[in-house]
Parts: sequence; C-alpha cells; structure tokens
Amino acid sequence: MEMESDNKENSLSGKVHRREWVKTLATVPVLGVFAYAWYRKRRYDRLLKKNIFSELNMSTNPVPAPPPLSEGKTLRLGIIGYGIRGPHLARAAGFAHPAWIDTVRDAAAINPSDTRYQDFLAQDDLNVVVNGVCDIFDTYGELAVEAGANIYREGTGGKMGDAPRRFKNYKELCASPDIDAVIIATPDHWHGPMTIEAARNGKHVYCEKPMTWTVQETYEVVKAVKENGVVFQLGHQGRQTESYIKAREAIEKDLLGKITLIEVTTNRNDPNGAWVYPIHPDAGPDTIDWEQFIGPAPWHEFSLERFFRWRCWWDYSTGLSGDLLTHEYDAMNQILGLGIPRSAVSSGGIYFYKDGRTVPDVLHTVFEYPEKDLTLMYSATLASQRSRGKVIMGHDASMEMGDTLIIKADPASTRYAKQIRKGIIDPSLPIYTYTPGTKQVDAVTSATEQYFAGRGLLYTYRGGKRVDTTHLHIREWIDAIRTGSPTSCHIDAGFEEAMTAHMGTIAYREGRKVYWDPDKQQII
Amino acid sequence: MNWKNNVQLTWMVILRLLIGWHFLYEGIAKLVNPNWTSAFYLLDSQGWFSPFFHSLTLNSDVLATVDFLNVWGLIFIGLGLILGLFTRVATMAGIVLLAFYYLSHPPFVGLKYASPMEGNYLVVDKTLIELAALAVLYVFPTGKEIGVDRWVLGRKKNKKQVK
Repeated sequence: MEMESDNKENSLSGKVHRREWVKTLATVPVLGVFAYAWYRKRRYDRLLKKNIFSELNMSTNPVPAPPPLSEGKTLRLGIIGYGIRGPHLARAAGFAHPAWIDTVRDAAAINPSDTRYQDFLAQDDLNVVVNGVCDIFDTYGELAVEAGANIYREGTGGKMGDAPRRFKNYKELCASPDIDAVIIATPDHWHGPMTIEAARNGKHVYCEKPMTWTVQETYEVVKAVKENGVVFQLGHQGRQTESYIKAREAIEKDLLGKITLIEVTTNRNDPNGAWVYPIHPDAGPDTIDWEQFIGPAPWHEFSLERFFRWRCWWDYSTGLSGDLLTHEYDAMNQILGLGIPRSAVSSGGIYFYKDGRTVPDVLHTVFEYPEKDLTLMYSATLASQRSRGKVIMGHDASMEMGDTLIIKADPASTRYAKQIRKGIIDPSLPIYTYTPGTKQVDAVTSATEQYFAGRGLLYTYRGGKRVDTTHLHIREWIDAIRTGSPTSCHIDAGFEEAMTAHMGTIAYREGRKVYWDPDKQQII
Repeated sequence: MNWKNNVQLTWMVILRLLIGWHFLYEGIAKLVNPNWTSAFYLLDSQGWFSPFFHSLTLNSDVLATVDFLNVWGLIFIGLGLILGLFTRVATMAGIVLLAFYYLSHPPFVGLKYASPMEGNYLVVDKTLIELAALAVLYVFPTGKEIGVDRWVLGRKKNKKQVK
C-alpha cells in the first residue's frame, strides 16, 4: 500500500517535472523554424545572385590601391597658372596655400564630416618640390609662391620651406634649369603654346584640358611632345575614377550587348558653373600683364571680365565643347576606346546668360561612329541642373555612370531573355551596381562640387579610402616620369580629345556637318 | 500573473514570438550584409531629434558603435522574446530601440523622408504600434509562464528557499 502511494507520488512529480520543462522550452522549436526559413531565404538569394553573377562574370573585388610610390630623386616642378584650377592641382601635388589650410581646418572643427583637411594631410607625399611659379596676375603669383613654400602643409604662421622663384613670363620658367616638369593651368588659348615651349625645353608636361585651342596647334603639340620624348598627361582626372574602371570591365565582358547609343550631358545651373567667376578686388591694369594674357588671341582692350571669365569668349576659350564635353568624351573614350568620330553636328545658342559672351550656354553635339555602329550624343545646358546622367545603351542592357555604376537589363534583351522569363533577372532592378566606399559618408559642399562628385570627377576610392582623383592623376604622371610607365591620358588620347572637341566647336560655329578624314588625319 | 484562461496566455505568447521573430530577422539581415550601415538611415532623420541622430554619423567610431549595438541589440532582443529568456529586459530594450526608430523618423505632418515607407502614416506608424505591443507584453509578462525564464526564476526561488 505504502509502496503504491510512493510510486504514485513519484510518477506525479515526474509528470510535474516534465510539464515544467515543456513550459520552459515550449518556444525553442520556433528558433528551429526561424533557422529553416532563414536558410531557405539565404539559399534563394544566393542562387539568384550566383545565377546573375555567373551570367555577368564580373569580378567582385574593388579597384586595388595604387602601387607604392615610385622611388627616385626629388622631382622639381614649375606651376604655370594659379587661378582656379591651379591651386587644386598644386594641392593634388602636395602644396596647399596656408589660407586654404586655415579654411578647411576651421571647417573640420565646425563640421567633423568635412574631411578635406584630414584627406589632404593623409595624401601621399609625392617627393616633389615647387621651384618656380608663373601667373600674370600679381596676387595669384604671390599666392602660388606661398603655396609652393608650404612643404609642411601648415596653416597661416606655420613653418614654411624655401619659396619658389616667381617668373613673370612662362618662357623663362620653361627655360629654367632647376625645373624638370611643369603643370599648366592657364586659359585654353595658352595650353598649346605653353606645352610646346615646355616640351622643347625638355620639361615633362601635365596640362589642363582641353589639350588645344586651335586645330593646327594640336599637330604641333603632338610633334613637340613626341620629338622631345617628354612625359605628357592631359588633365582628365576622370581616368582615375574607380567606377569607370569597373565600367570598362563591364564593356569588356560584353554585359550590354551591341551598343548603338551613348548619351552624355552637362547640367549646371549656377553662375560659377556658367563661368561667371568673381572678379578679384586687387585686379587692374597695374597688377595684370594684359599683353601676355592676350598672347595668340585677337587683340582686345583691357577687360577684367575677359580676364577672369575668359571661358565665355571664343577668343580664349573652347566653350562647352572644350571645357565640359571633353570630360564626358574622355570618360567614354577611356571605357570604349572610341577614338575620333567620323562626323559631328552641333546646335545650341546663348539662351540664358546674355552677358556679352560669345560661347553658347546650351549646346548639343552628335558624333557618329559608323565603323562602330554607334552615336555619341552630348547635350548641355548651363541653366538647369536637372540630372540627366551619362548612359551607355546596349541591346541587352544599359549602364548609367557616375560615381556609382548601375547596369539594368533591357526588357527586350536577347541575351537575358531566358533569365527574365524565369524571374532570375528583373529588368526594373539593376543586375549590377557598383558603389565605391559605401561605408563612407561624404561631405560635398557647393552645388558645383556636388555636380563634379556626381560625375566622379572629384573623389574616388582606392582600397576603400577616399582619394582626390586629381591627386591620383598627377601621381600617375610623376610615376611615369620616374619609371617610364605610361600615363593614362597620354598624348594620343589628348589628340583624339582635342580633335573631337574641335569638330563639335567647328560644327556649331560654322553651322555645318564636320567630317574627320582618318587617312589624312584632318578635319574637313 | 493570474491568467483567466489559456487562450489569453497563448495569444500573448504568440504576440511575443512574432515580435521576437521580426527583431531577430532584422538583426541577422543586417549582420550578414557587409555593406549595411545605419548612416543613411540616421542622415535621413527629421524632426526634433534629428540633430542628435545626424551627429551619430559624424564620427566613424561612434557610427561603428551604433551599428554594432543596433545589430546585436536586435538579435538579442529577438532571441530573448522568442525563448522567453530575460523577457522583461528584452522587452524593455525593444521598447527603447523602437522609440529611437520612431523619434528619428516621426511620421509627422510636413516631414519627408528619402527612405521609402511601405504604407501611409500620420503620427502613428507600425514602429509605434510594435512599441505599444511590447509595452503590453511588458505589463502582461509571459516569460515566467512559457519560456526559459521559468527555469531561471525557478532557480532563484530555490536558492532563496535554501537560504
């Protein structure tokens, strides 16, 4: 009897015990269900990705960091032109004006996401010195001297190095024996003559775009650079943009199918973007060497507008075609190896900035490449910044390019038809996107800066680190001088760029269809 | 807690499981995405508290900490709710996290967000409703009834009795 009740109690406590555990662990199986659901989802996502990636065959690695800096003796630079672009190029070479350091240091103190100061300090030392500077506006000339002396990257009142010599004339600078290489950042009408002068003096040249102002001098520049064996780099820093390098890979792997149309645009809507730059208060006939400014251009009496806003006049400028089309063209030439088009037509006008300028503020140029079965269309306005992107259109997919790269399959594609039908590829979603430095938060300030950043012209990423494309472009040039490696925007690419831009300009100015004769290497 | 009947308890536990599942998956989805960062979400913040949320993105160390706390917070809250382990702590942490989400993106009149929303909201959005649901779970705790807390608290009780 006793034993029986003991047994009963035991079995009861066992039951209680069991029920206790059931209540404690009742929800654990939910985790199992979760794990299974998650496994299914992962497998599905991976399969989708694998299917797309095996189809695309694109490498998933970012563009590697640049190779270590070339070794060799210190290179001695001369800087010609220190207006707007000049200071940027000098900084890209490692020489900032102390006042600029003050500005960005203060900006970083107020807004920690403004990393310009930090980025500049982190920029590699290229082992170069500035021995000479030349600007025909005294104030700019003096600023250039102060920037060239700032070898320790200090602010105002900081420790400075030896001041470079200021030359009053570019010819003297080019002849100076203590200069190995020159950076040219002058108005367009001086690019050719200065490059020729420097090359004849055996100086290596980094020249701002466009390469030339006239057709004739284009041949002379090529001749001078090649005959004197100097290293030439044209200032299309977009050559260093990471996403363009990826874009080239996409083209090489034929992701887009047959490409018949490329659309590139310029969309700006602020006075600065329309070349209405501020006039410096110190400027006047006493502080500007006007005769030297005019140079090869037709004579005009002294004008502050013309000196500071020279891009608005054909007399010194190549207009939209030379200034902004060339960036877009060079990007496409880099990616697709376009070369010089067979023909060009242009139209446009001065529709918004009726300030006495002679170059158009709205321009469209259509280039034909019959051998490649494609059209390159450029459309620009300086009075609306509605973004129109840069698009390469193929039968199978289109690619939109900026600092990010987006490839979308075409709904009527032949190549992707099966995957679209199966639901593996959705034409409304990108099949490939490339966003460099996704973990980075950027601070880009002005509208113009944002415009450039959006086009990959301002910053790019190497090994996940944000770098100034201009710095990489100058660095490539300096490495090329030291090691004999090629520059990416070399003299032949420059020839193609200049002739293409000239074709667009002539077509607009003469109101006719302009042709390129590949045998005679002439515009007709 | 005296439950009138098992149906009440069952539905409270189901609610706990659903919210737990949601938290857990949100956390894991972020964990396995190498490119995920809260930066864009934080920068998209609007309203009274937006300066605070924006400021979290200014320093990469702070941002990394926020990302870490968010991902692992979501995962541990999710696990806690599903298992019924430290349920009250997990519930309270969930309420705090959701309050941050709600305050960073309050659906108030006149505030516009870059990140897409999947519904139409005026003052009340799904984040706020989930927050309220967690508050209900907090005042009607179920971990001691169905969950590992039964064992955890049982041990504590036993220890006290031994003393």
